[in-house]
Amino acid sequence: MTVTEDETRDLEADFERTVAAEGRIEPRDWMPEGYRKTLIRQIAQHAHSEIIGMQPEGNWILRAPSLRRKAILLAKVQDEAGHGLYLYSATETLGVDRAELTEKLIDAKQKYSSIFNYPTLTFADIGVIGWLVDGAAICNQVPLCRSSYGPYARAMVRICKEESFHQRQGFELLRTLMAGTDAQRAMVQDAVDRWWWPSLMMFGPADGDSPNTQQSMAWRIKRHTNDELRQRYVDMTVPQAAALGVTLPDPELRWNDELQAHDFGAIDWDEFAQVVKGAGPCNAQRLANRRAAHEDGQWVRDAAAAYAAKRAHQEVPAA
Amino acid sequence: MSMADDTTAHVEGEPTFDGSTPPRAHWPLYEVFVRGKRGLNHVHVGSLHAPDDTMALHNARNLYTRRNEGVSIWVVRGDAITASSPDEKDPFFAPSGDKVYRHPTFYEIPDDVPHL
Repeated sequence: MTVTEDETRDLEADFERTVAAEGRIEPRDWMPEGYRKTLIRQIAQHAHSEIIGMQPEGNWILRAPSLRRKAILLAKVQDEAGHGLYLYSATETLGVDRAELTEKLIDAKQKYSSIFNYPTLTFADIGVIGWLVDGAAICNQVPLCRSSYGPYARAMVRICKEESFHQRQGFELLRTLMAGTDAQRAMVQDAVDRWWWPSLMMFGPADGDSPNTQQSMAWRIKRHTNDELRQRYVDMTVPQAAALGVTLPDPELRWNDELQAHDFGAIDWDEFAQVVKGAGPCNAQRLANRRAAHEDGQWVRDAAAAYAAKRAHQEVPAA
Repeated sequence: MSMADDTTAHVEGEPTFDGSTPPRAHWPLYEVFVRGKRGLNHVHVGSLHAPDDTMALHNARNLYTRRNEGVSIWVVRGDAITASSPDEKDPFFAPSGDKVYRHPTFYEIPDDVPHL
């Protein structure tokens, strides 16, 4: 079927009207090719982040200090897998196959959040990931629950409900450590020192350097700029750090009465660029692990498919 | 932990256990519907891939009901669903658009008539 230019213009006008009126775009609606591509890129990157994000925390499952902490950490890592799968499910409504996305991830053709390329050196890192990394993720994700693409918005609603547990368990873990020995308190401060700046980078480049933001906001895929969300995160986190009794490692961080917001120091964008490019402390290890998990799972997928085929064969009724 | 993101079931054309060609290269897509609690309808919650119906049900349990979200799950192969049309705003639904008399508000009843 060929679509004439006039028809395309009508479809495009219809799409624009729906988005402008805060309507939702659903999978089988007409959409501009750029909108589809932007969504696939953004949702796949988000899905990959959830899947790779299992690794830094999974690192501590066997070494969690108690059965309680181990059970919590297992549940959290399982949630991350679930979040990845909700999001792969959403991308498939746009006409891509998740097997193809997994291939692109392990071939380093698609990205994931740079935060997961930093190592988890102590158990306090598990608490700080919940508090800061998941806290930043929540800031990013809550507005995405109103994203213009229906399946993405619905996946985000589900994810945000579960993220709250992630952040609270992290904060509680840190409070427990802060009530412990001097060495435990020092361990928390060290983890905060290492994760604070990378967590600020999770919001992406500054608005002036974020080429996709304007179009994504016009399409209402994104609802706020990177810098707006970063500011919101800083303002939310400062009182939490005070409640915890830790210092955020930024000498320029202070309340600005005029702006009714916090001023904070300059982000090291060179470090961000390096980690995005693949030169972070753990990039190679994360991808190698993901590739190994995928390849080592091949026999399981084969066995399951063979079993299904055998059963399907047996179920054919006799003539 | 669900492994349903790994969907490549078999390299196409490679022989299976009995030497025949595998019937499908990828695990098929299933749509998942969950009944939140007794008394409610099943509601569509998302999709997953699985090699067969039983595995689809187990994967759906692991993926979509980790926090008591459901008391019953349906899984339906995506290719078994017949949908109204590619465009959800099309004339297919037009016949119901001009029948205001199907709604109770169409009928004028004096305010002082009780229970109506």
